Amino acid sequence: MKTDELITVLSTNVEPIDRRQLSREVVAAVILGIVVAIGSALALPGMRMDIGAPNALTYFCAKIIFATVIVIAGTAYLLRLARPGVVSPTRSVPLPWPPVAVAAIATVSLVSAPLWHWHNMAMGHGWLECLVSIPIIAVVPFAAVVWAVRRMAPTDLARTGALAGFVAGGISAAGYALHCTDDSIPFIALWYGGAIVMCTLAGALLGPRLLRW
Amino acid sequence: MRAHEPELRRLMIAGQAGDAAAYRTLLDHLSRHLRGYCKSKLINYGRSSADAEDLVQDVIIAIHTRRHTYSPDQLFTPWVHAIARYKLIDHLRRRNTGFADIPLDGMTSEMEAHDDRNAVESSYDLQRLLAALPAKMQLAIRHVKIEGLSIAETAERCDMSESAVKVNIHRGLKKLADMISREVKS
Repeated sequence: MKTDELITVLSTNVEPIDRRQLSREVVAAVILGIVVAIGSALALPGMRMDIGAPNALTYFCAKIIFATVIVIAGTAYLLRLARPGVVSPTRSVPLPWPPVAVAAIATVSLVSAPLWHWHNMAMGHGWLECLVSIPIIAVVPFAAVVWAVRRMAPTDLARTGALAGFVAGGISAAGYALHCTDDSIPFIALWYGGAIVMCTLAGALLGPRLLRW
Repeated sequence: MRAHEPELRRLMIAGQAGDAAAYRTLLDHLSRHLRGYCKSKLINYGRSSADAEDLVQDVIIAIHTRRHTYSPDQLFTPWVHAIARYKLIDHLRRRNTGFADIPLDGMTSEMEAHDDRNAVESSYDLQRLLAALPAKMQLAIRHVKIEGLSIAETAERCDMSESAVKVNIHRGLKKLADMISREVKS
């Protein structure tokens, strides 16, 4: 086929594009992910029953805020990364800020607590459950985000995949927070953070396979 | 290409809004730049420049199918370059056949600018690819995209609704693009 013919086929009666299609699809994927994450957190481990207990609501909100910041920052960066030629590969982005902030608060709260509380604060009752549940709940949100990003044009697949995993991990953490009764900042930093790091790494590994176009 | 940035960007934005003439000028212009880019890159990586035209068309199809990912507030040249680079790397990985066919002589003549776009052909056969599509898609694409009839005329001739014509074109082009990239893979 002559290139000229191809150009004729593509340009004759070319259809106008919908400029907002991209962000709409990504936002729809994130919302779908949130609904599924909340649904699966409620259906599988179940809602925490002690939400009325002193401090429970405070920590619940802290977890939700932590997850929300991750999801919003991650999605905003993902929308840039999936457009060709926007983010230069070498420029770093202030994405590590939410985890760093939480790690700092966690350190402060550990230091200000007596030594014999450290083990309880950091390990809680369900660190393993947290570390396993968040990546599992993240599977469907990850698939939804990957679906939306595939319709864009990511050129750095490992990085885009990592970010999709990061966002899915954040969504899943918000869902898991409905169930989790471990109320301490060090726990959130270590195990929520750790689970989201796992999701991010999995995304980086899967990205080059799943996102190719 | 940098020098043309404002002009190319203007054409792209007009093309996104449905201005076929601007879009055609843009693709013509890009194909000339891409031809030079693909040939010199393939030679640099020790590949034959014989399939440069396949790569050029692959990039043009990618530009077309992903044209909604260009946002008017970003620079256009880096957008095109990122897509071309992505498709080049993809091409190099898929045809990872070693360095057997490096042309030793005639390198410099290959590097010169090529503007003979009517003479350049890829190995894809448009008629054969089109023939593989379902009948309605074929008809819609032939009438609207090759013969240049309007959507309304095509709808009347083919006894389809206008939206059916549009959907058939959209799906047909997507299928064509998929077939071409599958041919690149194999």
